[in-house]
Amino acid sequence: MRGDEKNFRISATITCAEDVVVARQRGRTLARAMGFSPSDATLVAAAISELARNIVRYAERGELLIGKDDDGMLFVVARDQGPGIADVESAMRPGYSTSGGLGMGLPGVKRIADSFEIVSNSTGTTVTMRKRKR
Amino acid sequence: MAVPILKQGDVLIASIQSALTDVDLVALRDALVERVASHRTRGVIVDVTSLDVVDSFASRTLRDLAHMIRLRGARTVIVGIQPDVAFAMVQLGLTLEDIPTALDLEEGLAFLAAGRHAR
Repeated sequence: MRGDEKNFRISATITCAEDVVVARQRGRTLARAMGFSPSDATLVAAAISELARNIVRYAERGELLIGKDDDGMLFVVARDQGPGIADVESAMRPGYSTSGGLGMGLPGVKRIADSFEIVSNSTGTTVTMRKRKR
Repeated sequence: MAVPILKQGDVLIASIQSALTDVDLVALRDALVERVASHRTRGVIVDVTSLDVVDSFASRTLRDLAHMIRLRGARTVIVGIQPDVAFAMVQLGLTLEDIPTALDLEEGLAFLAAGRHAR
């Protein structure tokens, strides 16, 4: 994992359960450094956990980019070259899961994000979320 | 990272010491469900004070754990959910449904003891 919390930028390769934990912990630290409250930093960490887990579960391998954008918002980009999400609309519906999961992962992330976007096709998936400091 | 499971009377206490991976959480669930029988346990307390994040997988696994243990004839109490974690769970729309929770270990033990008298 590379990154520089001082420059508000983290990039991490995600391939296993340990990577998920490390990424969310670093994301929380970054959120705190950006001035997010402990509660909102925990929320950011949970969102990172969901996105990183989806990489491991559905694509086996992918990349997370966490940072501060020009508007001062925190962004998380989760990118993989996995099989893609067949039905994005369903995947965003609370309770929908193709893996026996809770189906609350992506809907939860969308719910807490100030902006949220999924691009998914047969060559991979990219999820981008942004969260404003309150 | 394995979670230590202590026995106090007929209660098993699993005290999570650090952030857990999904793999660790599933191992904890399986270990508790297994040990409920071998120790003639009536109650299980899972202390999540040190858990950094409760996301959809963690909340699902805690629910599954409690339901499995109930099917094995014992009761589960989740204790020590931190304020920031509770805030995040609510924002994300996550719940533990009908699983009892208590403030801390002491309250959890009191809850299980009260249930025993009522039985």
